[in-house]
Amino acid sequence: MNRRTWRKVVNGVMLGLTGLCALATVSVLFFILGYLVYNGGRSLNWAFFTQLPKPVGEVGGGMANAIVGSAKLLLVASLAGIPMGFMGGVYLAEFGGRAFPFLVRYTADLLNGVPSIVMGIFAYTVVVLPMHHFSALAGGLALGAMLIPIVLRSTEEFLRAVPQTLREGALALGANKWQAISSVVVPAAFRGIATGMLLSLARVAGETAPLLFTSFGNSFWSSGFNEPTASLPVVIYTYALSAYDDWHRQAWAAGLVLLAVVLAANIGARMILSRKMSSARG
Amino acid sequence: MGSSAQPALVSYPIMESPATDTSRQASPTPAAPKMAVSGLDFYYGARQVLMDVSLRMAEKKITALIGPSGCGKSTFLRTLNRMYETVRHARAEGEIHLDGENIFTLDVATLRRRVGMVFQKSNPFPKTIFENVAYGLRVNGWDRSRSVKDLVELSLRRAALWDEVKDSLHKSAYALSGGQQQRLCIARALAVDPEVLLLDEPCSALDPIATAKIEELLFGLKDQCTIVIVTHNMQQAARVAEFTGFFLLGKLIEFNNTRVIFTKPEKRETEDYITGRFG
Repeated sequence: MNRRTWRKVVNGVMLGLTGLCALATVSVLFFILGYLVYNGGRSLNWAFFTQLPKPVGEVGGGMANAIVGSAKLLLVASLAGIPMGFMGGVYLAEFGGRAFPFLVRYTADLLNGVPSIVMGIFAYTVVVLPMHHFSALAGGLALGAMLIPIVLRSTEEFLRAVPQTLREGALALGANKWQAISSVVVPAAFRGIATGMLLSLARVAGETAPLLFTSFGNSFWSSGFNEPTASLPVVIYTYALSAYDDWHRQAWAAGLVLLAVVLAANIGARMILSRKMSSARG
Repeated sequence: MGSSAQPALVSYPIMESPATDTSRQASPTPAAPKMAVSGLDFYYGARQVLMDVSLRMAEKKITALIGPSGCGKSTFLRTLNRMYETVRHARAEGEIHLDGENIFTLDVATLRRRVGMVFQKSNPFPKTIFENVAYGLRVNGWDRSRSVKDLVELSLRRAALWDEVKDSLHKSAYALSGGQQQRLCIARALAVDPEVLLLDEPCSALDPIATAKIEELLFGLKDQCTIVIVTHNMQQAARVAEFTGFFLLGKLIEFNNTRVIFTKPEKRETEDYITGRFG
C-alpha cells in the first residue's frame, strides 16, 4: 500500500470513528427521551397534574403537590440565589480591584464544583436543625446556594461582553457609574443575563440530593414555606425505589414532565439569545 | 527644505471665515479662552504619553488636533472631560481650566455635562432613537419648562438628523446607518447643552458623504459651543477648524491659526507631517 492510499484509509477510519462517537452522544439523549416518552407517556394523564398521590395499593392519583412543591422550591431558590449572584456578577465585571475579585471568582468556581449533596448538608445545618423540621425554605435555600455561582459567573461574562464604548458614552453624558451600569450596561446585556438565570434554574430544577434532607417530601398539600414539601425529583427517587408497578409508572411520568420543563427552559434560553444576536447588530 | 516652505504647501483648501481673518492678527491663544491647559503631563502607569502640553481653546471656535497615531492627541482630548479616569493607573498632572475653574476640583458629572464628547466609533445605546437623545436629560435633569420631547426634537435638529428620523423615533438606534448613528451620538451630546464639545475622530469610520454632513453640522454648531476635534484627516482640519494644534510623540509641537499651520508652519516637524513626508 503506498502512502496515498494509506492516508486515505486513515482518513476514512478517523472520520468514521469521530462520526460514530458524535452519533453515540446524540443517541444517548434520544434514547433517554424515547424511553421516558414510552414509559412515562402511558401514565401521563390529566389526573397526574391535578390529583394528589393515592394511598399505597390504590392505583391512579397524581403528583399535583410535587409539581407545585417544585415550583415553590424554585421560587425560594430564585429569591435567595439570583439577586446575590446577579449583584456579585455586576461587582466583578464593573467594580473592584484585582485581589478581591480574583478571590470571589475563584470561590464561585469552587462553589460551583461542590457536590450538590453538600449544599443539602449546609442547608440542613443552618435551617433544618435550628427549626427542628424540614421545610420548603430549607430546600429552596439549598438550591439557591447552587444558583449563586452559576448566575454570578454568567452575569459577569455577559457584562464583560458589553463594549467599553457604551460605558464611556454614558459617562460622557454626565451619568455616574451606577447610572451607567443600571441604565445602559445591564440593559445591553439583559437578554444574556436572563438566559443565564433561566439555564441555572433549569439546572437546579432536577437536583434531588440537596432536597432529600431539607424539603424532604410528603404526599399531600403543604401550605406556606415552613412545612416539608414534595418535589418532582424527590418523588421520582422515592417512587422509583418502591415495590409497586403503578408507582414506577408514575415515576417515569414525573421524569418526563421534569425533562420537558428543563428542555423548554433550554430552548427558551436559546431563543432569547438568538433574538439578541439578530437585533443587536442591525 | 527652504523651498518647500513656499506656496507648494497650499494644497489644502483653507476655510475662509471672518473669524480666521480677524484672529490672524490676534494671538492664536486668546486672552479669555473657554478651556486652558497648562503644563499637562500625562502617564499611563510609568509611561509618559503627554509632555508639558499647554494649549488654550478659544470660545465658540473650532480647534483641531492633528498628528500621527499614538501621538497623544486622543489622550489629550480625554483629559479635557476627565474621561481618562476610567483607565486604571492613568494619571494627569498639570492644570486644566474651564472658564477659569479648575476641572480637577469640579464634580466629574458636572464637568462631563458641560464638556460633551463624541467618540471615534459611534456608540448609540441599545435603546430607541428617542431614548438615546433623552438619556443625558434623564440622568442630569432638565429645564422643566420644556418637555423632553421638545428637547429631543431640538437636539436632533441641531444634529441635522431630525428630518431623517422624525418618523422612526421609537425604533432601535441600531437601525440607523453608520453616519446617522454618529449624528445621533452628536445629538445625544447636544441634548444636555454642553459648553464644549469634544470629538475624537468622529468621521474615521464614515464615507465621504457622511463625513461632509458631519462637517457641515460642526460648522453650524460653532456659534453655539466650543468645539475641539481630533482628526487624522488633515483636509478636515483645514476645512473646519479656526485653530490647529500639531502633536508629535506626546508633545504639542505647534499651535496656531489653521491657515498658518497649513501654509507657513514654524516647525520643521509640522511641515513634514502636513506635506506627507511621514505620518
